[in-house]
Amino acid sequence: MLGEGIVKGLAETARNFFGSYVNKERLTTVQFPEERLPQIEATRDFPFLVYDGADPEPGLRCVACQICEKECPPKCIYIVKSADKKPDATGKAQFYPAQFDIDISVCMSCQICVEVCPFDAIKMDVEFEMSSEDRFGGLLLDKYKLAKSNEYYNKIHPTEAGAVDAALAEERAKAKLAAEAKAKKDAEIAAAKAAAPAAAPAPAATPAPAETPAPAVTSAVGETK
Amino acid sequence: MTGHLVTLDQIFVVIKHWLLGFVPGALQPISSAILSVVPVVIAFPLLFAITTVLERKGLGRMQNRYGPNRAGWFGILQPMADGIKSLTKEDIVPKTADQLVHFLAPVVMVIASFLVYAVVPIGRNMVIADLNAGVLFFFAIGSMVELSVFMAGWSSHSKYSLLGAMRAIAQMISYEMPLVLASVVVIMAAGSLSTVTIVNMQAGYTGIWPHWYLFTPWGIIGFVIFMIAATAESNRCPFDMPEGESEIIAGYFIEYSGFKFALFFLAEYLGMFATSAMAITFFLGGWSAPFSFLTWIPSYFWFFAKLLTIICAFIWVRGTLPRLRMDQLMNFAWKFMLPLSLINIVGAGIWHFMPAGFTRWGVVSLLLALSCVLLSRGLRRNKWFHVRTYRFAS
Repeated sequence: MLGEGIVKGLAETARNFFGSYVNKERLTTVQFPEERLPQIEATRDFPFLVYDGADPEPGLRCVACQICEKECPPKCIYIVKSADKKPDATGKAQFYPAQFDIDISVCMSCQICVEVCPFDAIKMDVEFEMSSEDRFGGLLLDKYKLAKSNEYYNKIHPTEAGAVDAALAEERAKAKLAAEAKAKKDAEIAAAKAAAPAAAPAPAATPAPAETPAPAVTSAVGETK
Repeated sequence: MTGHLVTLDQIFVVIKHWLLGFVPGALQPISSAILSVVPVVIAFPLLFAITTVLERKGLGRMQNRYGPNRAGWFGILQPMADGIKSLTKEDIVPKTADQLVHFLAPVVMVIASFLVYAVVPIGRNMVIADLNAGVLFFFAIGSMVELSVFMAGWSSHSKYSLLGAMRAIAQMISYEMPLVLASVVVIMAAGSLSTVTIVNMQAGYTGIWPHWYLFTPWGIIGFVIFMIAATAESNRCPFDMPEGESEIIAGYFIEYSGFKFALFFLAEYLGMFATSAMAITFFLGGWSAPFSFLTWIPSYFWFFAKLLTIICAFIWVRGTLPRLRMDQLMNFAWKFMLPLSLINIVGAGIWHFMPAGFTRWGVVSLLLALSCVLLSRGLRRNKWFHVRTYRFAS
């Protein structure tokens, strides 16, 4: 009959209309600022710098190798390498970024910086409510704004951070063992040198113990990477 | 009716006469006109504001959404926010547009939309002008909308707006005919072109039942035809071909922005209210109560209650039906609505000349039902479309 489909359609919309008042399950809208959906683990938007320990200044994993700066497709990373070295989380002397800026208004969230970083120092954040009226103050982030603790990283990406932590711990243990073995070997060599020629000249023996720790450290770095 | 209730029913009339008492005699005609016009000019745009929020919330619920719920309590201040937004927007006029006509189109449309309210009886003794050719006035002014639509589409000097305007003209002229023919039966029954007389004819009761023209076979058919044609006249879904967001973006008012756009929007809704008000006047007894024991409720309340019911029906239909294709639209107008409304006039004539009783009901109902079925069969034929092959394409 003419109009049968129209009546069916009207009944369907009426059911939806009244159903949405009775059954909250029907309403799929999430009222954003008040209600939030849990973020999925693969969420990512802008990079941040991971630091170990409590203080971001010494704990920053970044060694200012500048690979991410070179790889960044939109060139939103700017790094100034430090002149001096200071011990990193493992206690080894490294360069550190004197300046590390990311312009997140230029960043395209491609994650290439994360993938090329050999030190697991740069990771992707999940913070997205960053709108600002101040173009440079609000969106050009310096290293203090970028630095976030490893605990935070574990919180936002637990699986990924767990894997990174395990790998880092293993590498650190290996490096420590290698350093110990090297130190032991050097000490043995030094001892042998000192013992065998009893009447050895004094100037030859004195620099040896002073120099031994340095080669041990470099070899450790070589193994880590 | 007791005295107090009569006073409540006539409160606006009483207030008007009381205010007129303060005006010197020479100024009384003009002040009387102003006092009648101003409430209408305030009330119906207010109704427009309420309708926009009702519509958005209703459509939202039909699609299992919340609809606007941020501005004010449950989103009731949304029309205010929309108004402020459209007022503060830049008014862009295309460089190649016919500046004068482009400016005049929304003005003409709003004026036409407001003018038709002159003959709408809002309550007992509440009509701006009781013209003895009120129905004729309504349809004559209603046709001005078509003119302004084409003015807007043509003067914008844009492909989309011209397409929209051409669709609008084709559609509105096609549906104007069933609209007028559907109301002819009412004029035949009432024997008058005055809207006030038409309502007065329907304001009586048999037992508790009112004498609305809806409760006759030709009244039902006439009402349905009138409402379908009114939907098409006001360019609403499923007859929103002239706007067709998905095809020609906004149709004839695509080149309008800011407050002119808001004026088109306002005029469109005012046109919808006016045709709904006319449907109420013709078929639903205007301001008269639906049952004899409810006559103590003021007449203007019943008018606005009926108007809101029809608006809700419009929203419901908009939330349900998809847009028609142009050929479906035209076939429906010329092959179904027009013949049916002509047969309906014949039916009303038979009704008039037969003695009252069940025989009359049976004969007229049979005639109309039969023609309805036969015409819908005719509408179903020739529906097959074939894949077009182009002989010289390859």
